[in-house]
Amino acid sequence: MLEIKDLHAVINGKEILKGINLTVRPGEIHALMGQNGAGKSTLSNVLVGNPAYEVTQGSVLFNGKDLLAMKPEERAHEGLFLSFQQPVEIPGVSMVNFMRAALNAKRKYQGLEPMNAGDFLKLMREKRKIVELDSKLANRSVNEGFSGGEKKRNEIFQMAMLEPTLSILDETDSGLDVDALRIVAEGFNKLRTPQTSALVITHYQRLLDYLKPDVVHVLLGGRIVKTGGPELALEIENKGFDWIKAETESLQGI
Amino acid sequence: MNSEQQYIDLFTQCRDMIDRHSAPLLNGQRQKAFEEFCRQGFPSKKVERYKYTDLAEAFAPDFGLNLNRLEIPVNPYEAFKCDVPNLSTSLYFLVNDAFYEKALPAVSLPEGVVVCSLKQAAEFYPELVASRYAHLARVEKDAINALNTMLAQDGLFVYVPDGVVLDRALQIVTILRSDVDLMVNRRVLIVLGKRAEAKILFCDHAANDRQFLTTQVVEVYAAEGAHLELYDLEETHARNRRFSNVYIDQAADSSVTSANITLLGGLTRNRTDVTLSGVRAEVNLYGCVVGDKEQHVDNNTLIDHRAEYGTSNQLYKYVLDDRATGAFAGRILVRENAQHSVSNERNANLCSTKEAHMYTQPMLEIYADDVKCSHGATVGQLDEQALFYMQQRGISREEARMLLKFAFVGEVIDAIALEALRDRLHHLVEKRFRGELSRCAGCRLCPPEL
Repeated sequence: MLEIKDLHAVINGKEILKGINLTVRPGEIHALMGQNGAGKSTLSNVLVGNPAYEVTQGSVLFNGKDLLAMKPEERAHEGLFLSFQQPVEIPGVSMVNFMRAALNAKRKYQGLEPMNAGDFLKLMREKRKIVELDSKLANRSVNEGFSGGEKKRNEIFQMAMLEPTLSILDETDSGLDVDALRIVAEGFNKLRTPQTSALVITHYQRLLDYLKPDVVHVLLGGRIVKTGGPELALEIENKGFDWIKAETESLQGI
Repeated sequence: MNSEQQYIDLFTQCRDMIDRHSAPLLNGQRQKAFEEFCRQGFPSKKVERYKYTDLAEAFAPDFGLNLNRLEIPVNPYEAFKCDVPNLSTSLYFLVNDAFYEKALPAVSLPEGVVVCSLKQAAEFYPELVASRYAHLARVEKDAINALNTMLAQDGLFVYVPDGVVLDRALQIVTILRSDVDLMVNRRVLIVLGKRAEAKILFCDHAANDRQFLTTQVVEVYAAEGAHLELYDLEETHARNRRFSNVYIDQAADSSVTSANITLLGGLTRNRTDVTLSGVRAEVNLYGCVVGDKEQHVDNNTLIDHRAEYGTSNQLYKYVLDDRATGAFAGRILVRENAQHSVSNERNANLCSTKEAHMYTQPMLEIYADDVKCSHGATVGQLDEQALFYMQQRGISREEARMLLKFAFVGEVIDAIALEALRDRLHHLVEKRFRGELSRCAGCRLCPPEL
C-alpha cells in the first residue's frame, strides 16, 4: 500500500529526513516513535504534501502511484488522511459545509454525483456517533471553540466521513484525558477493515494499548533506526530512547 | 484644461435646458452650487476625505449628459425579473436618473405614503421638499454635492408619514443605460415621519457596457422614533464610476441601518455621513466589498454624535483579489454634550494577492468624558494553515480559498436583517467568488454576450 524509499526532506534549508525506508501493507498498523525533533511529524507532513516541506531525494508509492507527484487534495482522494497534531480552526466555515465540500470533491474524483443533502446529513449523524461528537459541534465552525479533546474527536469523525485507506495519526493522543483517549481510540478501531492501514505517531504506550500495532519503528535523527513488534513500544515505555541511541551509535561506529 | 472646466462650461452653456427640464425648487439651488463648485473645484488627494480616490482623474473624460431628458427606450418592468426572489417588494425603477412612471407596482401603498419622481414631488409637495432638499448635503462641504446639485434634474422621493409602517420593502432598481458614454446625476430624498418604518433596497445595475459616471446624492431624514433600513447593492461593471454621497439625519429614538454592498463595479466611492441629532438615536453602518481585477472601492464615513445616549455600530469587510484597491476611512465624532454615547467601528480586510492594496483609517474623536467607544482595523491574507487543512481533506486549493473568502464576508451578510436579501446575497457573493458574476446576475436586460 505505502512504499517509502530513501526519503530525504528539508524545511527552511535544514535536512530533517535523511533516508526513510518504510513499507506498510493493507490492514497493518505501524507505530512510529521517537524523541522530539526526530522527524516524525515531518514525515507525516511530507506524505500529505504540506508545501512548507521540500522533498530532496527518494520516492513514495501509494497503491502503486507516485504520491509525491500528487497535489495534497489528490492524495486525499486517493485515500490518504492525516489526523492533525494541531487541528486548524476555520472561523465562518461550518462543519457541514466543510464536510460536504470534502466529501463531494472526493466523489467527483471518483466520478460520482454529489451526495444529496438528505443523505449527507444522515451520514453526518451516523458517523458522529462513532466518536460521540455532539450535534451542536457539528453545526459550529470548523474546530472553532472546540476543546482539545473535541478537536481530536472531530479529526476521527472526519476520518469516518471520508473513509481513507491509509490514516496517519499524528500524536492524536496528545492533550487527551483518559476517557477522551478511549473514545478516540475505540472510534478509530470501529473504522478498521482488513484493507485499511495506519501510521500512528505517538510518544506513549497508552494509545497503542488500544490500537495494537503490528509493527513499531523508532525514528532517530531522520532515519528509522530500529523496527520491531509491539513489545518494542513497551520496552521504550520502560527504558526510554537512550539505549537505542547508544545501540545505533555503536552500530555506526561513532 | 483642468477637469472642472468642462463642467463649468457645460453648466454655463446649458443652464436653461437644465432648468427647463427640472423643477423650480431644484433650480433654486443651482446658482449657489455652481459658485461653490467654481470655488472648490475637485479636491486633490491632499484633502483628507478624498485621500484615496482621485476625483480630478475620474471626472476628466468627456461624458455625455441627457439634459434634454430624452426617453430611454426600455421597459424595465417586463425585462427585469426580481433580483431578490421571495422578497415581496414594491418594485420601482430609475432609468439613469429618471423615475420610471410606466411601471409601478400593482399593490398600492398605505395612505399618505409617496414614492415618486423628485421633480414631481418638488412640484406637488413643495412643503415636504423645500425645507429638506440640499440641506443635509451641503454644497460648501463637498465638490460632489456641489456638482450634483448644480446638474441634477430629477431622481427619487420617498415619504412615509408619521406612524405609518411599510411592511413591504421598497426595491428601487437603478438601471444605467445609454448608447453613448454617459454621466448621470441622480438625487434622492427620503423622509420618514415620527415612528414611521420603512425598508428600502437600491439595486444598482448597468444595462449595457457603456462607460458610466454617476453622482448620487441621497438625503435621509428620520424623525423621532422612525425606523429605516437602507440597503444599496452595487452590481454594475468595470467601466462604471460611482460617486454616492449619503447624508442621514436622525432625531430622537430613531434607528437607521445602512448597508453598502459592492459586488461589482469599476470605481466606487461611497460617502456616508450620519448625524445623531436626537437622544437615543441608533445607527448601524455595514459595508461588504468584493473587489477584483482593477476595481477601486472607497468607503468613507462620518458619524457625528451630537446628542446623549446615541449608539453607532460600523462593520466594513473587504475581500480584495488581483490588483484591486480598497479604502476605508471612518471618523466618529463624539461631541461634548453627547454623553453616554456608545460607538463601535471595525474594518477587517483580506488581501488575497500581493498586488491587492487596502488603505484603512479608523478615527475616533471624543470630546465627551462619559462614553464607550472602540475602533479597529485589520488587514490580512488567507490563512495558509487553514487552506492546507482543507486541501488535506480533499478540497481543492481554489475551492478552499473560496470558502475562506466567503466565510470572511459572511459576517457582514449575516448582519443584514432583511432575510430574503441576506439569502440572495449569500448566493450572489458565492457566484461572485466563483467568477460566475462577471456582469449583473439578476437583471435580464443584460445581453448575455456582454
